[in-house]
Amino acid sequence: MNSSIAYIIIGVSALFIIGIKLLASPKTARIGNLVAAAGMVIALVSLHKPTGDYVWSQGWSFNYTLIAIGTVIGLIIGAIGAYSVKMTAMPQMVALFNGLGGGAAALVASLEFQRGAHSLAGITAFIAGSMLFATLIGSLSFSGSIIAYLKLEGKFEKPHTFPGQNFLNGLILLVILGLCGWLTFNASGGNATTAFIVMFCLALFFGVAMVMPIGGADMPVVISLLNSFTGLAVAADGFAINNLAMVVAGTLVGSSGTLLTLLMCKAMNRPVTNVLFGAFGSGGGAQAGAAGIVGTVKPIQADEVALLLAYATRVVIVPGYGMAVAQAQHSVRELSDELGKRGVEVQFAIHPVAGRMPGHMNVLLAEANVPYDQLIEMEAINPTMDRVDVCLVIGANDVVNPAAREDKSSPIYGMPIIDADHCKTCIVMKRSMAAGFAGIENLLFYKDNTRMLFGDAKASLNALVAAVKAS
Amino acid sequence: MEPNIPDVIFIFVLAIFVGIEVISKVPSMLHTPLMSGTNAIHGIILFGGILVLADAATPLAQALGFVAVVFGSANVFGGFMVTDRMLQMFKKKKK
Repeated sequence: MNSSIAYIIIGVSALFIIGIKLLASPKTARIGNLVAAAGMVIALVSLHKPTGDYVWSQGWSFNYTLIAIGTVIGLIIGAIGAYSVKMTAMPQMVALFNGLGGGAAALVASLEFQRGAHSLAGITAFIAGSMLFATLIGSLSFSGSIIAYLKLEGKFEKPHTFPGQNFLNGLILLVILGLCGWLTFNASGGNATTAFIVMFCLALFFGVAMVMPIGGADMPVVISLLNSFTGLAVAADGFAINNLAMVVAGTLVGSSGTLLTLLMCKAMNRPVTNVLFGAFGSGGGAQAGAAGIVGTVKPIQADEVALLLAYATRVVIVPGYGMAVAQAQHSVRELSDELGKRGVEVQFAIHPVAGRMPGHMNVLLAEANVPYDQLIEMEAINPTMDRVDVCLVIGANDVVNPAAREDKSSPIYGMPIIDADHCKTCIVMKRSMAAGFAGIENLLFYKDNTRMLFGDAKASLNALVAAVKAS
Repeated sequence: MEPNIPDVIFIFVLAIFVGIEVISKVPSMLHTPLMSGTNAIHGIILFGGILVLADAATPLAQALGFVAVVFGSANVFGGFMVTDRMLQMFKKKKK
């Protein structure tokens, strides 16, 4: 590798790091994404082979035609996916793109492994090990992401478990690791290709087996984890084909993705092992919360709510995924604007896992032009909740369930929640009395200061907007 | 060309710490765009696909390399575009 390539790689790595850094603030996030994309373009233009030859000066061959066609097809698929996806389905889209990246990492590693194993020079244990690692992690990230995608799309959303499942999964993993260990030192052996194919298939199967037992509510954590897995697979591919830009980019994603996964688990107050092996919400939990119920459900009409809102000093809105499903973001913003005109202070309380991913709710509200300085995070708003006149809970459930504080037998006990019950009047907008995504009864609905406004969130909100305007 | 193994591991370890450092102060409101943005960055695997396909010698290797390029390309382009689409909506209140 000559020194000019090294300098380009240093520059590209710096662009990736600066890009991720800028993504950390709402003001600079968009620029950060573009900075990272610019790094990608520079890296592509200056791409060199492991031998040090410049890729784009090797003379055009059929393979280059294939590269051009493949890149364009991928570009079209990516663009259609990126611009047609609804904001509510964003987690699925990320899962899908991640799965494709994992699949590509596994294929690249497989091809390089086979080529290296059958070349005259053979393959060193370090290279073989990196490629096997990339194949294993990439293919399980591929199949796992597809399952995560399907689960978020509502296919077999419930956890699938059977006795001895963790034991069986452990056994499969042991076989995979055994095969990898053997292949590392026998890459050119007689049965190596067969062993490799068996390992590849088992890794694909393991991705499915790993994600199937996990409930739909935990998919964000799984996607984040698989995202970091793909990063590591890419880094291992970078080792194997001696491309340092891939090593740096892959490792950055691997380590930041792992940290992000842990942050998400922390927000839900559950250890990551519990998410991966606990099969949360597989039944049982549904009945657990019912014991602590005192009081009755008190319905309320829209006109009455409008009066409460119009003459309040401070209103806090707690949006949940239900609001997004009803496509009610724009109506919420209208209501907030209308109240703002009347001098009411309106804020949005955002739980760290509101929506389907941390930050998902912010995206959904941003889409409806709610300014981000009106969105307050849970830790910041909770101490002030007892000075709130009206708290409007729209399609949120588990994140405002006081059972997390009060009921030790509840599966969500210990999860940080927004203290909606601490305000003067709490209005819960809900379609029906059905339990939330985690299948747990909500104690908030039975509190003395809670009123239920039943009906479709969007229709109710539109009624509220009209009533507030009239009052 | 063989990589210089200690050098590569050195870079790897430093990159782990940088990855943790740059992300540790991110507000949770940006977690989704961040996950999506890092997802796009690992789309650099497209280059791996290009490199193996450029040297593919058998029809099978060409076919698999082609799939890798399509996947990697969708990952990198789709990833950056979807992240940009999310972020262009983050606006401060207009005065």
